[in-house]
Amino acid sequence: MSGISTTQFSKYSARVAKSRATSEPVWVRWALIATTLLFLSLFLFMPLAAVFSEALRKGFYTYITALADADALSAMKLTFIAALIAVPLNLVFGVAAAWAIAKFEFKGKSILITLIDLPFAVSPVIAGLIYVLIFGLQGWFGQWLSDHDMKVIFAIPGIVLATIFVTFPFVARELIPLMQAQGKDEEEAALVLGASGWQILWRVTLPNIKWGLLYGVILTNARAMGEFGAVSVVSGHIRGMTNTLPLHVEILYNEYNYAAAFAVASVLALLALVTLVLKSIVEWYAARSARAVEKN
Amino acid sequence: MAKKHNNVLPGFNLSLGFTIFYLSLIVLIPLSAAFIKTSSLSLHEFWVAVASPRVVASYKLTFGASLIGASINALFGLLTAWVLTRYTFPGKRIIDAMVDLPFALPTAVAGIALTAIYAPNGWIGSLLAPHGIKVAFTPLGVVIALTFIGLPFVVRTVQPVLEDLEAETEEAAASLGANRWQTFTKIIFPAIAPALLTGFSLAFARAIGEYGSVIFIAGNMPMVSEITPLIIITKLEQYDYAGATAVAVVMLIISFLLLLAINGLQWWSSRRNASAI
Repeated sequence: MSGISTTQFSKYSARVAKSRATSEPVWVRWALIATTLLFLSLFLFMPLAAVFSEALRKGFYTYITALADADALSAMKLTFIAALIAVPLNLVFGVAAAWAIAKFEFKGKSILITLIDLPFAVSPVIAGLIYVLIFGLQGWFGQWLSDHDMKVIFAIPGIVLATIFVTFPFVARELIPLMQAQGKDEEEAALVLGASGWQILWRVTLPNIKWGLLYGVILTNARAMGEFGAVSVVSGHIRGMTNTLPLHVEILYNEYNYAAAFAVASVLALLALVTLVLKSIVEWYAARSARAVEKN
Repeated sequence: MAKKHNNVLPGFNLSLGFTIFYLSLIVLIPLSAAFIKTSSLSLHEFWVAVASPRVVASYKLTFGASLIGASINALFGLLTAWVLTRYTFPGKRIIDAMVDLPFALPTAVAGIALTAIYAPNGWIGSLLAPHGIKVAFTPLGVVIALTFIGLPFVVRTVQPVLEDLEAETEEAAASLGANRWQTFTKIIFPAIAPALLTGFSLAFARAIGEYGSVIFIAGNMPMVSEITPLIIITKLEQYDYAGATAVAVVMLIISFLLLLAINGLQWWSSRRNASAI
């Protein structure tokens, strides 16, 4: 009896000594947690709370009116159209780029990876500017486009192009390291068993990378719907025509129509929260399937 | 170009061909347009466009505020990553997920929200106003916005490195008589330094190009609180395409150099981690 309690005590004291040696005193711990929470409250939670509080300041009726406004609805529609085109295109690109980079060896691979990252390093304003230089009235194809009565800049195609540019690397960046880590054994096995290239892609590769793919799509979509700088340069801010939701927020705000601006902003903030929830869910599934692979 | 070795998988030419085609069409050719447009300027015209006092003032603000914002994020990002990996407290998982909010929240929304908080009649602005501190519509506001948008970078680069850190080295340090602070500065910090520097550079690079969240809170006074991306927009609105492009090229070159530095840093830190194992 006494023997057991001594071993228990020594175990306990060992644990206490260990936790003292490799962790911090309780007061330090709580001071660090408190400082972090204060910092995050100031920079994360307060802005988020401000959006909803300002949106509902003039009451729920004003809020709904701002959202049901024809210009707001058409901005919503354009935002969805831009995302609906940009996300699939960058998805196909991401899979193709990751397939080439992860499954094959070739010269210039690291340069290619850096070039794919390039749009992250470019200011959104410059992303818009370069398309103005090409498709604007004084740009390379400006004359030709206006002769054929087509418009890219200050029209929907320009908005879509700018959106594609700023969301360009997201899917590729998620997939390249994932597919590199998975190697190509399974694909080669499928090939030996007589599968064609497309069969390998649909039946082997895509199921293996589905969580990474979904993660990339979520990030791409969030950025596509929220992009402001690049779209602002090419849009021309024509109400009801070439206004996306973030641009509509700006217009309302600059007209001192704060309640409406924050009402529209709150829709975008809700989308951001949904994005974060989906992202967490996908991360959870991805971690689970990674663990399942390790077990096998 | 294709060094296939004994690789039997199909689709190399198709996937690489499409990758290069799409990359050229969307990114490389449009970006080259900026350089081609600028080459139409004489050296003198280029210099006048990129080095006028108003533009130089905007560089100082953009780089200064980005540097301060990235430094704040390095400090508090490290702290946040530490608290999230080492401690348990209620609501930790929600906090962890919320760190990515600046990535997910459209920049225009962040801009007007921060302005509402820090304006003289806002939640924090009204507390600071009696002390004569103005945040919104001053360079300080620019720093606040750039801190917000760079917040996730340091946390998300340092966090995985902290998680992978072996407990044994810390135990060894403790058993050799190191106190907790010595263990942190001599053992933990050197291990996370490359990741911290990478996160700092990413936050800095992002801040330099940022537009949406800044223009609402900055006040945009020439020579005082006008950032370089706004200069580009202003020149564009005055149909000074060549001038706008010249300033853009200066920013592009700086961004490319930063991207190279970041890639170098990541290569260095992955090599360090690999050699540690």
